[in-house]
Amino acid sequence: MSDYTIAAIEHPAELQHQFEDIGQQLDASTLGMWVFLLTEIMFFGGLFCAYAVYRSAYPEAFAEGSRHLHMVLGGVNTVVLIVSSLTMALAVRAAQLGKRIATTNYLVATLGLGLVFLVIKFFEYRHKFIEHHVPGPNFIFDGPHAQQTQMFFSFYFAMTGMHALHMVVGAGLLVYFIIKAYKGRYNARYYGPVEVMGLYWHFVDIVWIFLFPLLYLIGYHHGLAP
Amino acid sequence: MSGRQPVDNRTDYLNDGYGIKSWLLTKDHKRIALLYLASITLFFALGGLFAVFIRLELVTPAGDLMGSDSYNKMFTMHGVMMIFFFLIPSIPAVLGNFLIPLMIGARDLAFPRINLLSWYIYTIGGLFALYAMAAGGVDTGWTFYTPYSSTYSNTHVIATAVGIFILGFSSILTGLNFIVTIHKMRAPGLTWFRMPLFVWAHYATSVIQILGTPVVAIAIVLVGLERLFHIGIFDPKLGGDPVLFQHLFWFYSHPAVYIMILPSMGVISELVTCFSRKKIFGYGFIAMSSLAIAVLGFLVWGHHMFVSSQSVYAGMIFSVLSYMVAIPSAIKVFNWTATLYKGSIVYQTPMLYAFGFIGLFTIGGLTGLFLANLGVDVHLHDTYFVVAHFHYIMVGGAIMGYLGGIHYWWPKISGRLYPEGWARFSALILFVGFNLTFFPQFLLGYMGMPRRYHAYPEEFQVLNVMSSAGASILAAGYVIPLIYLIWSMRYGKLAPANPWGATGLEWQVPSPPPTHNFAEAPEVTEEPYVYSHEEAQVV
Repeated sequence: MSDYTIAAIEHPAELQHQFEDIGQQLDASTLGMWVFLLTEIMFFGGLFCAYAVYRSAYPEAFAEGSRHLHMVLGGVNTVVLIVSSLTMALAVRAAQLGKRIATTNYLVATLGLGLVFLVIKFFEYRHKFIEHHVPGPNFIFDGPHAQQTQMFFSFYFAMTGMHALHMVVGAGLLVYFIIKAYKGRYNARYYGPVEVMGLYWHFVDIVWIFLFPLLYLIGYHHGLAP
Repeated sequence: MSGRQPVDNRTDYLNDGYGIKSWLLTKDHKRIALLYLASITLFFALGGLFAVFIRLELVTPAGDLMGSDSYNKMFTMHGVMMIFFFLIPSIPAVLGNFLIPLMIGARDLAFPRINLLSWYIYTIGGLFALYAMAAGGVDTGWTFYTPYSSTYSNTHVIATAVGIFILGFSSILTGLNFIVTIHKMRAPGLTWFRMPLFVWAHYATSVIQILGTPVVAIAIVLVGLERLFHIGIFDPKLGGDPVLFQHLFWFYSHPAVYIMILPSMGVISELVTCFSRKKIFGYGFIAMSSLAIAVLGFLVWGHHMFVSSQSVYAGMIFSVLSYMVAIPSAIKVFNWTATLYKGSIVYQTPMLYAFGFIGLFTIGGLTGLFLANLGVDVHLHDTYFVVAHFHYIMVGGAIMGYLGGIHYWWPKISGRLYPEGWARFSALILFVGFNLTFFPQFLLGYMGMPRRYHAYPEEFQVLNVMSSAGASILAAGYVIPLIYLIWSMRYGKLAPANPWGATGLEWQVPSPPPTHNFAEAPEVTEEPYVYSHEEAQVV
């Protein structure tokens, strides 16, 4: 080891060598997550754009497809996710205050609500399989716009599937954070990772807030085009 | 002619640990840059190999070397390798990775582990592409237009698409890392308008990478879903619209051209001022024009679709917006030439590449204006004129800048000087070979030779033979630097910390730099590029 590496050695353990102080590290990781979320917005944006194109081309078929989704289950899931955002925010607050047990508990609650969402989603998907509403060779739909309704279901599965994938990734991350929080790795000085995790979780929730009305609510009561 | 001798007893990033593990598990941005350098050189060679087959086939009018199916695969694999696996990562992942922390006075990028991860993601994406290639290739063109790619092609579309999808994340992570690093890691006193223009160019590039790449990712996902489950999004028979794919594709792939050219412009800004021994002219304009190109670049994708059933009114708007990109591009060229004016110009190799860039980019850019014209494009669309145009930008522009940058910073990267005579010779060879290859293609295109055909009428043969002959000279221009740069790593003269007498923090650390770059954060107290004529003798 030479003079050039001494600066790195003198750093405290939770401060990575490239940063000068913990504030810079927190700033950098938060900005990093915001930039990543911009990427995510563009990623989902492509899907939303394609959805908008076909929804405006085939409004009746999309309304027809929308009526075959289970609005109550979708609504329950919306509430579940909003509550999970609350528990996530409380977890971040607890981490900032250095409360180890509270942080762990709130993270566990968030994970639990996330899993509830995924289980409900699973039963919704299962129902679609049984009804042959999954796009592909086995798709069966009685109605005047079967072909375009299949496209609605394609978007339904692509968009909610992509969202569910993000939920699964989030749940995996939460397990990691719960273990770290339980071991007391976070404190009032070093809580950055929990905050960054919170940003991700809120983003995934917000995507659902847009998906729910677009897929379940629009055209639910009066399907015919205006 | 001796082996590596440490300049003194310090540890630099190259001798700080040996063995395969110290490289594959490194978090040092300089070593990761070299990992990228090796990988993209491999893909460049592969892409070049496919180009060889293309030019060989086109020596004669008849399709005698290969059939149309094989030819389709050749130009597709050439495009995929060169664009996705070489040009897009080239300058950012190699020079940007190596230099940005050094230039802003930081010990590393903000996220070293994510930086290493991005290289692994690149490698995994590359393996998918190599698998697709070995298994029989893909023939859709690098553009993957639907419905051919989603319904009719019988080649390895999925494997290639998965490779490109994965690769996209490495590009996103590199951009993310640069943005955060530039925002949060600058040394004390290094204000935004004291940053080197190379860093400004990479900031603009990163914005495109993080905003554009996810859109092509979702387009690729939709092609995959369509191909696997036939859900109808791009199939007109089922009510879908194949042109939607073109919109989503070009929303990324036109800005992607700026991912390739902006970093190169950043390199040229450094070279022109250093080898003119003169402060750069119009610093603020050059910096802001990078951002302007990044923003305007997102608004011009429709100029690829003038003949794809796009409404003529949309076409007119896209045409005007495309013209507008010429403004910031011209601002750069004018400022570079104004920097040359009354400068003490030194004709070192990097400067030769800079001259090559300015001339060739100007031709490439101006022919782009022909193509952005609604009426002219109908005549030139999908002809060799387009091929020549974008090769002037990507090869004449982006690769010239890349090679200029590699030569300029080679002493810093390797700690050795390259042989100047050979380097000047090969820069000249490259320039001659390039023009002989691609200038005839402008003429061919104007006369109506369409791109992507393996056979052509006999009257086009002379120009095609010229083009193929030029390609062989061009190839020599790439092989010679490869040989002498590798040679110089062992046998080149030891480089001093600042062989060019250049300004900038990266020249204040030893060559090669120590692992953590700076013992303590340097403090910046002056404007960038304070060159004076008196220093001209330094080189």
